[in-house]
Amino acid sequence: MKVLVAVKRVVDYNVKVRAKADGTDVDLNNVKMSINPFCEIAVEEAVRLKEAGVATEIVAVSIGEKACQEQIRTALALGADRGIQVETEGGVEPLVVAKLLKGVIDKEEPQLVILGKQSIDGDNNQTGQMLAALANMAQGTFASVVEVDGDRLKVTREIDGGLQTLSLSLPAIITTDLRLNEPRYASLPNIMKAKKKPLDVLTPGDLGVEVSKHLTLVKVEPPAERKAGIKVEDVDQLVDKLKNEAKVIG
Amino acid sequence: MSTLVIAEHDNESLSPATLNAMAAAQALGADIDILVAGAGCSAAAEAAAAIGGVGKVLCADNAVYGNQLAENVSLLIAEVAAPYDNIVAAATTNGKNIMPRVAALLDVAQISDVIAVESADTFKRPIYAGNVIATVQSSDAKKVITVRTTAFDPAPADGGSASVEAVDAVHDAGLSEFISQEIAQSDRPELTAAPIVISGGRGMQNGENFKMLEGIADKLGAAIGASRAAVDAGFVPNDMQVGQTGKIVAPDLYIAVGISGAIQHLAGMKDSKTIVAINKDDDAPIFQVADYGLVADLFTALPELESKL
Ligand SMILES: Cc1cc2nc3c(=O)[nH]c(=O)nc-3n(C[C@H](O)[C@H](O)[C@H](O)COP(=O)(O)OP(=O)(O)OC[C@H]3O[C@@H](n4cnc5c(N)ncnc54)[C@H](O)[C@@H]3O)c2cc1C
Ligand SMILES: Nc1ncnc2c1ncn2[C@@H]1O[C@H](COP(=O)(O)O)[C@@H](O)[C@H]1O
Repeated sequence: MKVLVAVKRVVDYNVKVRAKADGTDVDLNNVKMSINPFCEIAVEEAVRLKEAGVATEIVAVSIGEKACQEQIRTALALGADRGIQVETEGGVEPLVVAKLLKGVIDKEEPQLVILGKQSIDGDNNQTGQMLAALANMAQGTFASVVEVDGDRLKVTREIDGGLQTLSLSLPAIITTDLRLNEPRYASLPNIMKAKKKPLDVLTPGDLGVEVSKHLTLVKVEPPAERKAGIKVEDVDQLVDKLKNEAKVIG
Repeated sequence: MSTLVIAEHDNESLSPATLNAMAAAQALGADIDILVAGAGCSAAAEAAAAIGGVGKVLCADNAVYGNQLAENVSLLIAEVAAPYDNIVAAATTNGKNIMPRVAALLDVAQISDVIAVESADTFKRPIYAGNVIATVQSSDAKKVITVRTTAFDPAPADGGSASVEAVDAVHDAGLSEFISQEIAQSDRPELTAAPIVISGGRGMQNGENFKMLEGIADKLGAAIGASRAAVDAGFVPNDMQVGQTGKIVAPDLYIAVGISGAIQHLAGMKDSKTIVAINKDDDAPIFQVADYGLVADLFTALPELESKL
């Protein structure tokens, strides 16, 4: 089966992002950018399906400015076969990403689409579910186990109370949780090979999608600061403070 | 203006998250109805009717909604949503699973994890693992919102006597089937609603050692949480993970044991009222957010703490 993976370019997870002083946006000057960790897990899952003989071709898609081709190359180095960039000016909202991905699905007709559960910049956790609605497909969100079972997909999902297992009809949409797999590192030869793999560039117009805007960022600000605490000497002092100062235990 | 709150329930009773969502809905200042979708869910619908300030309860009681399959429930909500300006649910895994699907069906944005309602169309929400708070304004006619439960004190569960109206719409998308569910059973309070949480990290070394936290949790009536490293290492199950991509907690007291304090962990607990950190590394970043830090080996500190409580 053909598998489509959506990869997003985001601030590296080690970077502590701050609001700009004027509150107009976050300060992303000179910060390290990476593939969203959940998307890396999505690519890894697709590659494992290919290694298991289930997937036949892996197409990595990213939506954004030209720079996101870097993250497509990362996916290609990890084992995706070809890439598609849908060129947009700046970031677009999850609903628009979902519409563009739906456009790509209509062209590529994959049997399985794997996305991350959440991008670690906007922390939206929406795109996969929206895409599933637009494509009228089953969704297996927050997946920690994915098994292809004939013409269906068995998915174990991480839910608040524990785990849930569903059977989905194919084609289906999966969003990855952290424990789905542990992504591999790209080897140098594979990074070199990735440079030669095909990467097509499309516009929203090519996909018949109008880039709409539903939300305006009014301002950004730092969260409430916690006031600095103290170090206690020992357990006795800790218990005393909790009882008599913080009054949080009886 | 009117708001539809999506109840979270197990058919028998409402989950506390519904009351947090209700509080956020009240902040929107519009008339509020509640939708209870499930199978054999009349008890949950009665509980919803008892919440103060509810206009009416819409009860969609059908086998197709029994397991909250997103494909079916989203079609129902998108239909029922027609007369409403706002659709509000708690940002639980269930709310996160269903609400974006509803928004896409309605061709509107979804606003995730709202922590404050500024006005009818303007909301605050954390981004970048809570390092930044964004204020966003929606231009959609319908607002589809999930709310962070820890940011809204629960609305009172009683004081109301709303009518319950049956919704007959049956939406079976035929796309997915429920196979099974493993729900962790515990006598302890639920992690996201507990007044005290004690969490263990990689420093706990193994699952067996979490017993040391259990002894303390029993004495304090606390829930037990964990860092991702502890979950990944298999010490404890995934539903205990606190953080950016796990559960968000804000108890009166949070005790972090053997947890370094990575930003992704802080994102899930730094709004706790009092934070205690026990860590043998004097420089661990967790101490920067802790009100009371104890630099100690947890294997000696925990037994001592248990005996002194
Ligand atoms: C996309 C993404 C999402 C993530 N989401 C989450 C999330 O939701 N929640 C989360 O927690 N993490 C999350 N993480 C992981 C996070 O980055 C950290 O790796 C993780 O929180 C570290 O867990 P830890 O503090 O238990 O382990 P470590 O960082 O290894 O810290 C262990 C601590 O234990 C202390 N220690 C060791 N032995 C003892 C002892 N005997 N006595 C006292 N102290 C001791 C050490 O000094 C150290 O500070 C995420 C990461 C990514 C990339
Ligand atoms: N600009 C984008 N390009 C490609 N994939 C994206 C983009 N935005 C979101 N996604 C996918 O949707 C997932 C969830 O993102 P979000 O809904 O923004 O939290 C990500 O992990 C990606 O797989």
